[in-house]
Amino acid sequence: MLLKLLTESSGVSGNEKEVRDLIMDEIRGYSDSIKIDRLGNIIAYKKGLNSSQKLMITAHMDEVGLLITDIDSSGLLKFITVGGIDKRILVSKSVHVGKDKVYGVIGAKPIHLQKKKEWINALDMDDLYIDIGATSKEDAEKYVNIGDYASFQSDYIEFGDNLIKAKALDNRVGCSLLIDLIKEIKDISFYAVFTVMEEVGLVGAGPAAYEVNPDMAIVLEGTLCYEMPNMDSHLMPTQIGKGPAISLADRTTVYNPQFRKRIEEIAKSNQIPYQYRKSSMGGNDSGKIHTAKTGSITTCISVPCRYIHSPNSVMSIKDYENTQKLLRAILTEYGKGVL
Amino acid sequence: METKALLELLSNDYGVSGFEHTLKDSIINSFNKFSDDIKVDALGNVIIFKKGQSNNVKIMLAAHMDEIGLMVKDIEDNGFIRFTNIGGIDPRTILGQEVVVHGTKDLFGVIGSKPPHLQEKSEQDKAIKMEDMTIDIGLSKDEVQKYINIGDTITVRRNLIELKNNRVSGKALDDRAGILVLYECIKELSKIDHEADIYLVTTVQEEVSMAGALTSSFKINPDIGIAVDVGFGTTPELNKSNSIELGEGPGITLGGNIHPGLRKKLVEVAKEYNIPYQMEVSPGPTGTDARAMQITREGIPSLVLSVPLRYMHTSVEVVDIKDIKDTGKLLAFFIASVSSENLEGLLCY
Repeated sequence: MLLKLLTESSGVSGNEKEVRDLIMDEIRGYSDSIKIDRLGNIIAYKKGLNSSQKLMITAHMDEVGLLITDIDSSGLLKFITVGGIDKRILVSKSVHVGKDKVYGVIGAKPIHLQKKKEWINALDMDDLYIDIGATSKEDAEKYVNIGDYASFQSDYIEFGDNLIKAKALDNRVGCSLLIDLIKEIKDISFYAVFTVMEEVGLVGAGPAAYEVNPDMAIVLEGTLCYEMPNMDSHLMPTQIGKGPAISLADRTTVYNPQFRKRIEEIAKSNQIPYQYRKSSMGGNDSGKIHTAKTGSITTCISVPCRYIHSPNSVMSIKDYENTQKLLRAILTEYGKGVL
Repeated sequence: METKALLELLSNDYGVSGFEHTLKDSIINSFNKFSDDIKVDALGNVIIFKKGQSNNVKIMLAAHMDEIGLMVKDIEDNGFIRFTNIGGIDPRTILGQEVVVHGTKDLFGVIGSKPPHLQEKSEQDKAIKMEDMTIDIGLSKDEVQKYINIGDTITVRRNLIELKNNRVSGKALDDRAGILVLYECIKELSKIDHEADIYLVTTVQEEVSMAGALTSSFKINPDIGIAVDVGFGTTPELNKSNSIELGEGPGITLGGNIHPGLRKKLVEVAKEYNIPYQMEVSPGPTGTDARAMQITREGIPSLVLSVPLRYMHTSVEVVDIKDIKDTGKLLAFFIASVSSENLEGLLCY
C-alpha cells in the first residue's frame, strides 16, 4: 500500500529526498510536466480540457524529526528536534539515523537509581541521547556524521476499527491523497505540488506558489485530532471517523469563506460526511500560498490524525476514503468550470 | 538455536509478572535437547534438570522469565483504556508507546500523546502521570469489552533491534538475557564434565515478589544458588561506581547476599579461563532471585552474576551479546570446578 511506503520512508524537514524519490516514481507516468524546483519541491502539471482558472493542490512531504549535533566520547549521539516535537515523547523510542538508517535508541536512567522526585519532571533535551551501539566516538563516526537527520522508527500497522498507526501521517496522508488524484483524474487541469520544510516554517510553499501563481489552492493535510475521555467536544479540534476536516482559521490563514462554503455544498450534494477543523492552533502551507504574489484563495482539507508529531499517529481509513471522494467531487465540479 | 535468534524470540514475546506461561513452550523447546528432564511447577517456574557425574552436589541457577508491564484498570466510555503498572516503571518511558493488550486475543494499541500544537509551553516541563494516560485500541467501548477485561496485562510492543558491535536493544532483556545465559551455560556444560547436578530454573514473579525463586529453591534445596540477572550498564547520567560497562564481561556481585568463598572461587575461575569480569557492590539483599534463595530453608549460599544492561526497565534496554556468552561460559566453568570434595572447603568461612 502506498501510505505504508510513504510513512515508512524518512523525510525530516530539509532532508526529503527519500520521500521525493518515492513520489517521483509514483507520479512520473501520470503528469504532463514535472519538475523539482531549487528548494526541492515537486511541481507537477496535469493538462486537461479546462484552463479558465489555475488550481494548485499541495501537500508537504516533510515530517518532524531529529538532527544529530554531536557525538560524545563514549559514542552516544546528541541531537536537537526539527519541527514541533514534545520532548517528552522521545524517551524509550527507536530511531533511524542518517541515510543508511542506522538503528538507534533513546534510553533513560533506570528507575531503580532515580531519586523519588526525578520522574515528576520531564527529561530535558540535554539529558537525552541516541545509542547506536557504538563503543567510542571514533567508532560512532564510522556510521554517523554530525548533521545527519534521524527519523522515528515506526512501522505501518492497521488496527482497531479501520484505523492506521504510522509515523508521519502528518503529512504523508496528504501526499498519498495527492498522488491518488494525479493517477485518477483525467482531462482536468491542475498543478500538484509537493512541498519541502513545512514543519520548520512553511519554507517550500512560498517559492512554489510564486512559480505556479495559482488562482486558488487546496492544501491537503493530516491535522490535529485529540479526543480524550470526558473531554468537551468543543475542545476537540477534529474527531476521527467523522470525515474530512475543513479548516476555518488557524495561525497562518483565515480561509476564504465562499470557497469553504462551496466545498461544503459539494460535500453535501455528494453525501460525503465532513467536519470543521475547530482549533485555531497550528498552521500550514496555506499561510504562504494565499499571500504569494498578488494572492489567491485557499482552503485546507485534512484527514484527522491523533497523536501527530509523535512516532505513533493514528488515522481512519474511512476518513481517508471520504477525503478522496470529496477531492474527486471538487475536481469534477472544477472540470465543469463551476467552482 | 543461535543466541541472538533465541533472545529475539524471548524478548519479543511477553510475560508480565504472574502471566509468564506464554513463554514456557519456547523455553522448553530450546533447552530440551541439552537437558535430562524439564518440569513446570505450581507457580509456573520451568525447572530444567541436567544430571552431573555424581549426585552429591546440587547447584541451582535462576534467571527470571517475567517482565515489567501494565494492567487494565478501566475502560472509558470512548473505548480508551486506563491502566496501572506491574513492576517498577518510569511513567515517562511509556508515553507515545505502541502496546499490545493481552485480552482474549492480543490487541494493538497506542498510549496517546497530546499534540504539541495544543499545549501550553510550560506543560512540557512536567512529566505526565500514568493515571492521566490512556491506551487507544481504536474500538468502541462495546467492542473493547468483547475482548478485554479489567486485570488483563499490557506490554510495550517492541521488536528486538540490532545495534552496532553485536549489541541489541529490546524490551524485557531484563531478564530474558539471563535466560540466554542459562542457555549458553547448558550448551557449554554439554561439552564438559561436571560432577554437580544442575537445576536451571526460569523463575516467575521476580519483579514483584521473587515468589518463583522462593518456591523453586525450596523444592530443589541446592547446595549453591546462583541468580543470573542484569546489572546497570554505564551511561553518562550514572555514576561509574554504580554501573558496569557493556562488553567488558559479567558483573560479579560483592556484598551480604553473596557467599564470600564461592565468590572468591568464581573470580579464580574467571582468571583461569581468561573471561573478563567486573565487580559490582551491593551491601545488603540484592534485588534479585539470590535474595530469595539465600534465606530459603536453613539458608542457601548464593551468588549473583549480572549481564551489563543499559536503560533498565525501559522498552529499549541494551545488552552486548558477547557479555551473555561470557557470562554463560564463566558459569559453566565455575560449575565444573565444584566437586563433592571441594564443596565443603568453598563454603567454609
